[in-house]
Amino acid sequence: MNALTYESPGSLDEAVKLLAAAKGNAKVLAGGTDLLVQLRMGMIKPAMIIDIKKIPELTAINEENGGYRVGASVSGAVLGEHDGMKAAWPGVVEAFELIGSTQIQGRASMGGNLCNGSPAADAVPAMIAADAVCTIAGPNGRREAKVEDIVTGPGQTSLANGEIVVDFLFPARPARSGDAYLRFIPRTEMDIAVVGAGISLTLDDAGVCTDARVALGAVAPTQLLLQDGAAALIGSKLDGAAMEKLDAAARAACRPITDKRGTIEYRIKVAGVLARRAAKIAQQRAEG
Amino acid sequence: MAKIHVTTTINGEPVEFLCEPQQTMLDVLRDELRLTGSKEGCATGDCGACSVTVGDRLVCSCLMLGAEAEGQEIETIEGMADGDTLHPLQQKFLEEAALQCGICTPGVLIAAKALLAKNPDPSESEVRYWLAGNLCRCTGYDKIIRAVMDCAADMRGA
Amino acid sequence: MTVESKKYKWVGTSPVRPDGNDKVTGRAKFGADLMLPGMLTGKVLRSPHAHANIKSIDTSKAEALPGVKAVITSADVAELESEWVPAGELQLNFRDLAHNIMANGKALYDGHAVAAVAATSAAIADAALDLIKVDYEVLPHVIDVEEAMEADAPVLHADMFTDGVTPKPTKASNIFKEVDIAVGDVEAGFAKADLVVERSFKTAPVHQAYLEPHAAVASFSEDGQAELWCCTQGHFVVRAYCAKLLGMDIADLRVTASEIGGGFGGKTTVYLEPVALMLSRKAGKPVRAVMTRDEVFRASGPTSGAASWVKVGVTNDGTIVAGEAILKYQAGAFAGSPIQPGCMCAFAPYDIENVKVKGYDVVTNRSKVAAYRAPGAPISEHAVESVIDEIAKKLGMDPIELREKNAAREGTNAAYGPKFGVIGFADTLAAAKAHPHYSAPLGPNQGRGVASGFWFNIGGSSSATVNVNEDGTLALATGSPDIGGSRASMAIMAAETLGIEVTDVRPIVADTASLGYTFLTGGSRVTFATGMAVIEASKKIALELRERAAKTWDISVDAVIWEDGLAKPAGANAGDFEPLTLADLAAKANQTGGPISSAASLNAEGAGPGFGTHICDVEVDPETGAVKVLRYTAVQDCGQAIHKAYVEGQIQGGAAQGIGWALNEEYIYDEKGRLDNASFLDYRIPVASDLPMIDTVIVEVANPTHPYGVRGVGEVPIIPPMATVANAIDSAIGIRLTELPMSPPRVLAALDNGS
Repeated sequence: MNALTYESPGSLDEAVKLLAAAKGNAKVLAGGTDLLVQLRMGMIKPAMIIDIKKIPELTAINEENGGYRVGASVSGAVLGEHDGMKAAWPGVVEAFELIGSTQIQGRASMGGNLCNGSPAADAVPAMIAADAVCTIAGPNGRREAKVEDIVTGPGQTSLANGEIVVDFLFPARPARSGDAYLRFIPRTEMDIAVVGAGISLTLDDAGVCTDARVALGAVAPTQLLLQDGAAALIGSKLDGAAMEKLDAAARAACRPITDKRGTIEYRIKVAGVLARRAAKIAQQRAEG
Repeated sequence: MAKIHVTTTINGEPVEFLCEPQQTMLDVLRDELRLTGSKEGCATGDCGACSVTVGDRLVCSCLMLGAEAEGQEIETIEGMADGDTLHPLQQKFLEEAALQCGICTPGVLIAAKALLAKNPDPSESEVRYWLAGNLCRCTGYDKIIRAVMDCAADMRGA
Repeated sequence: MTVESKKYKWVGTSPVRPDGNDKVTGRAKFGADLMLPGMLTGKVLRSPHAHANIKSIDTSKAEALPGVKAVITSADVAELESEWVPAGELQLNFRDLAHNIMANGKALYDGHAVAAVAATSAAIADAALDLIKVDYEVLPHVIDVEEAMEADAPVLHADMFTDGVTPKPTKASNIFKEVDIAVGDVEAGFAKADLVVERSFKTAPVHQAYLEPHAAVASFSEDGQAELWCCTQGHFVVRAYCAKLLGMDIADLRVTASEIGGGFGGKTTVYLEPVALMLSRKAGKPVRAVMTRDEVFRASGPTSGAASWVKVGVTNDGTIVAGEAILKYQAGAFAGSPIQPGCMCAFAPYDIENVKVKGYDVVTNRSKVAAYRAPGAPISEHAVESVIDEIAKKLGMDPIELREKNAAREGTNAAYGPKFGVIGFADTLAAAKAHPHYSAPLGPNQGRGVASGFWFNIGGSSSATVNVNEDGTLALATGSPDIGGSRASMAIMAAETLGIEVTDVRPIVADTASLGYTFLTGGSRVTFATGMAVIEASKKIALELRERAAKTWDISVDAVIWEDGLAKPAGANAGDFEPLTLADLAAKANQTGGPISSAASLNAEGAGPGFGTHICDVEVDPETGAVKVLRYTAVQDCGQAIHKAYVEGQIQGGAAQGIGWALNEEYIYDEKGRLDNASFLDYRIPVASDLPMIDTVIVEVANPTHPYGVRGVGEVPIIPPMATVANAIDSAIGIRLTELPMSPPRVLAALDNGS
């Protein structure tokens, strides 16, 4: 039997040291909503679990230059009660809050949602659309990376041995900006996304889209950032033609699989639908 | 395999226990502390039968390690009644037949109590979404939802 | 017996259930909640293959692991003769049962038990399972029912030669038996028809998905006696099965039913119970075994998936002149699907002159099916009720009026044999038609559907004892595990019969050594059959109380009546005595003959058939295929409702399960025949936010054979929903979906194909 140990360091330095010393045999525990399931199912057999919730900066939400820095261990329930983030990045908050039940929300973290590496992670497309940047601490100090550069494949990330995601910076955004995230699931709750679409955009005074980011989840081995999708919106008033272009761009980008949660055909079609619908919600939010 | 010594508070009482690192809070409650009111329906966070509150947060105790209870305040179904007086939700569930087999009931009650603490006047839709993580296979949820809403109304009036 | 017509004091009310307090405080003890000193943890090793020969099992390393106290394989299970015995509405073969609890030579499905261990901790038991070496020879497998029927399909059992075919086949196949039901001449019937509709349907296997996993605690003594605690719908049945499997005298096994966290038919057989007993016998210590959710889905019974074909002919005025069906039901790895009741129920709601139904019971490499609410009926009636709806639409007739025109009524000869007595099908149709739901306006992309359902309801053996306590309160014991509030209905019937307060009756579920045989909780039989035993035992108490009063007053027992909870002189001639209460008589019991108690055991006959009619509104998202249930109304003839709120609850729960069956629930297998969705995450039962309130209308057409008119309620409500939802979707989008579940990808594909 494996001799598992549990550590709950009070500082990031300590956590990084433990993680690096374990040479890949340790797992970071934030909310545990994925980790403990994998442990229970015997999918992972780590030698050490490092609980990072006692590290203050990982559980903090701070305003920073008009934007927000959100600790990687902040739970969905806590973020959902944060008025500043709700006003600034409603799409990010709603995406995070879609993960699991109320009970899961009490624990699940954005850092975990990202680092679990699931293509279907709900928070990730919204974070990518928001152009969020994460801080990563490791044996060689700190670095920053765009959220879209973290997941490299199902269950795979670009984090090096000993690295921990510390927080996410959601930047200040121009006036008349809005974001939204929609996902499709067979039920109304408790499912993994079959398709997810996150969109962030900015409008000028005439209602013309001047900037946009479009991200999809669950339709490829990683979340996708769609340049064509953004191009379809920028310069338009999100009229019918732009929506059709967005729909087509979303469908064209998909490289999904057929599995127990949905078919290739279904995912492709619904990706276009959700992209359009999310764009319209983001537009309404931008218009205030 | 060294056991971990944990000092915590459960249902208002100071509690100490020893647990193995991989033991979940649910395992600890049921097997070590013999608080079997929290049920294991899935062990993967999908059914809510093991719901407890940790501080002011509702969680699945199957998705929390026993070791994480250190210094926390945990409430389980065993602490819901006040002495020999049932909590209004418990009473309402009995009066309105909001349970059949009763296996999901502890988790549903804990979750509903957490809801009313945050939102004393929830809409039907809010109750349904809040309780979406508490599976019930017997009732079709109808009487559960009604009991929670009726209890909320009573508690607002009281 | 005649139906008592007087106004009831308790029957039809909704008092707080007597076991309720324990269930809202966490005190109630369910299957996994019992802990005995020195108890070991039992765990089961399961086949990862859908079909494989087991060439060898090496348990030596597991046995050598410190903390392991027993390891068993099929070598520890005695081989039994192939012997079929009745099991409620289904049949059970003891040899198959033995092979299902522990694979014998061959693993027949993903999750099939191949070995089990008992160890001093769960972690050691897990480690021991890892140390058991099983040498498998993987064989070709078959999952789909129609593929399993093909001539070149992999054969599961070399000795299966189809029953019901003459001459008996000489080549083994996966078809265990064929069932035929025929009335009249369907060819002649179809010749008279102005419109004939035929359709093929597929339904997925769906699991009962009770929230409580199977659990058993077994404790064997050195003298060969044993005790077993388990969550079951029938502890007497568990006793019989386990005694047979372990070669024990029935008297040596005492089974206590724990509180049961849902069953719906799925806890009417045994899985872990005999295994825990065998482990305990071998280890000499108590053993607790509890399934994980994964094991529940992989190894315990779902109900059949099926392929069906239905053809119905009508004349232009809506008279159904012929109905024909072919039904192919998966049994799972061992014979015994609910094909018989499926065939019997298919056309049962209707008065049709010419009916022909052919059924096939087919084995496949899936877990053996178990009963699930009205076993067999939802599958065949889904197909028929879908076709009836299509006919109504083609005739331009209101679907309820079409059903009313053809509804079975008192005196109708049911296609499956008997002549119906007093039934309430037409009453449910009338109530549905009059319900405001049926005429409420609908919005865009919305549609309304209607469908009906029939179930026999059953009776059977039940026992009850009543003990009058020294203070005049009553201890009432039955042998029927209480899944959904039946203690409350038992208390109501005892209180009603004796004219006393319902809170003066304390009902319990007694163990197998404490009262007479009681068949399991299922088939909607408990309130009917066990209720009759309770009423009988209560009447005996009333008679005894009259005798005690007669003795007290020194008059003839004929001169004493029992009325409103009091012994009274029958009239002025009987004498002038103050009435005696139960408490008075109980206090003086020792002076009048000793303790007052009674027992009743009976085999209840004359169960009253049940019918229901459901109405559902849905909204279909034309871009995603998502179906939202907007409104749902379930009308059912329950006979007399005893505990009204729990009758409503049964209807609501059954309807919700049916909605899950209709929309999202299914067993999904990978290409190797392994179950791919063995969790509540991907086996998608309805969650609270998926459903609207489920309105109920209880129609009370009393069953004349029950003292209070009970029919039974639990089975019928799962039958109509699948067709009700399908018919609503058809109304919304103009497309008839014939495959369940009607999941978003399937609905969207149908929308895209326009058919």
